[in-house]
Amino acid sequence: MLNYELVVVGGGPAGMAAALEAKDNGVEKIIILERAQTLGGILEQCIHTGFGLHYFGEELSGPEYAGRFIDLLEKTDIEVKTDTMVLDIASDNTVTAVNNKDGLLRIKTKAVVLAMGCRERPRGALSIAGSRCSGIMTAGTAQKYVNIEGYMPGHEVVILGSGDIGLIMARRMTLEGAKVKMVCELMPYSGGLTRNIVQCLEDFGIPLKLSCTVVATHGKDRLEGVTIAKVGADLKPIPGTEEYVPCDTLLLSVGLIPENELSKNTGLALDRVTNGPSVDEYRETERAGVFACGNVLQVHDLVDYVTEESQIAGKGAAKYIKGEKISSECAETHGEGGVRYIVPQRINIKTDSDVKLYFRVGAVFENAKIVVECDGAELLSKKKKKLTPGEMEYVTLKQAVISQLPAGSVITVRVEA
Amino acid sequence: MEKRELVCVACPLGCRITVEIGDDKSVLSVTGNTCKRGEEYAKTECTSPTRMLTTTVKVTGGKAVVVPVKSASPLPKGLLMDCMKVINKASAAAPVKIGDTVISDILGTGVDIIATNNAE
Repeated sequence: MLNYELVVVGGGPAGMAAALEAKDNGVEKIIILERAQTLGGILEQCIHTGFGLHYFGEELSGPEYAGRFIDLLEKTDIEVKTDTMVLDIASDNTVTAVNNKDGLLRIKTKAVVLAMGCRERPRGALSIAGSRCSGIMTAGTAQKYVNIEGYMPGHEVVILGSGDIGLIMARRMTLEGAKVKMVCELMPYSGGLTRNIVQCLEDFGIPLKLSCTVVATHGKDRLEGVTIAKVGADLKPIPGTEEYVPCDTLLLSVGLIPENELSKNTGLALDRVTNGPSVDEYRETERAGVFACGNVLQVHDLVDYVTEESQIAGKGAAKYIKGEKISSECAETHGEGGVRYIVPQRINIKTDSDVKLYFRVGAVFENAKIVVECDGAELLSKKKKKLTPGEMEYVTLKQAVISQLPAGSVITVRVEA
Repeated sequence: MEKRELVCVACPLGCRITVEIGDDKSVLSVTGNTCKRGEEYAKTECTSPTRMLTTTVKVTGGKAVVVPVKSASPLPKGLLMDCMKVINKASAAAPVKIGDTVISDILGTGVDIIATNNAE
C-alpha cells in the first residue's frame, strides 16, 4: 500500500493545475495518475492557437499551454505515473490503479481530485441510418490522425455538428487540402464559439447549414455520401427536404460527455444537466475529500477556465488535507428561466472568498439581463449584449453577500430577455 | 462612410465590434471592443486582414511523425494556402524543441514558422 496526501486522477490541464495549486498550498505528497503515455491530455492534439489568453496573456497552442504546466511540475516533487489507469476509489478514498510496470497499485490518500476530462459523443449516440463503412469518425479522432499521426483521414468532408472541435477541424482539413463541403448543425444556432465560425468557416467559404442534419450515410466499405435534411422546430427531419451530398468522410462534432464512469462507480451522484458530480464552491463533491474539476465536472469552452477551476479544487483539497475545511450550512444554487445549470451546485455560507457561479443558457438571448436572486431578493444583476449556449458565462457573488444568506436558502440565476 | 460589423477573433471572447470606415478606406472609429487587441484586430481586419497559421511539419529521424508549428506572428490572410504548400514540403530533423524555428521568413513575409511542441 502506497501512501499519499493527494491523488490526482488525470494529467491534463485540470489535473496538473490542481496538483500544482495543492503543492503551493502546502500539501506534501502528491501523485498524478495519467492513463495516456504523456501529460497534457487533449491539449497535445489541439495545435491551433487561442489557449492562454486569459491565464498567460499570450496566445498559445495547446501543446505550448500544456508545456508550461509540465515545466512547472518538473520543478516540484509532485510524482507522475503515466500509462496508469485508475480502476476504483473505495469509500475510504483508497485509490486502486493499474499499469504494466507496477502491476496493481493500492494508494492510501487523504484526498482525491477527479480530473478525467470528457470524451466526444460517438456515432452510436446518434441514430443515423447506414452501414458501418470507414470514413465516419468523431472530429477529435480526425484531429488525432492529422495532428499526431500525420495523415489525412479523407478528402471530401461533411461535418455534422458545429461544436468547436468540428469547426477547428473544418479549417484544419481545408488547410491540408481537403474539400470541406459543409457543416450541418441540428440546432438553429451553432454550439461553437463565434470566433471559430468566423476564422474556421467564413474565412474559407465553408457553409454552415443550421437546422439541418444527416439522416443517412451511403457506402459499403468506404463512405460515398450522406443524405442531409432540414429539421423543424421539433428537431425532426422534414420529409421532402432531403439532399444527397457526395463525400468520403463524415466528421461528428455533436457534443462532449464528462468521463464519469469512475465517479459513478464510486457512488457519486451526477448533476443531470452537467453529467458531472455536484460540488460546493471549493469543488468538493458529496464525498468528503473527493474533489472534481475541469471537463469531468462541466464541459468548458476555454482551457483558461479549466485552469482557474482546477486551482480552486487544488486549494480546496489542500484545506481539506490540512484540516482547514470550511464546513458550514450551505445555500443551493439553481438555474431558472433559460439558465440550464450552475456550478457550483452549493456554497458554504461561511465561505472565505468570493464565488463565481458558472452557467450556460439553453437558447440564444440578445440584450439580456442576468439576475441573481435569493428568496425573492435580488443579489445582483448584469447586462449582456448576447448570451449563447456555446459560451459559458459567470457572475461573481461577493463573500459579504454570501455570508448574509440564510442556511438552506436557494440562490437562483435567471435570464431576462 | 461605411459601417462594418465584425466579430473579434483575437481571443475566444468573440466581442462584437463596429468599425466606421471613411471614404478613403481609413478606419475612423472602433467601438464594442473590450481590449486593445480588439481595436488592433478591427483596424487590420478592415485594411490588411491577417491570421495565425497553425499546422504540422514532418519530422525525420525521430519517434514523432509530425511536430505542430505556428506562425510566430499573424500572416496575411490571402497567403495562408501558399504558406501551407511551403510547409508541407518542409521537414524538421529530430529532436525538435518548443520554439525552434522550422522555416524562417516564409514567402518573404518576415514571419518564421516555429515548433509548438517537443519532438524526440
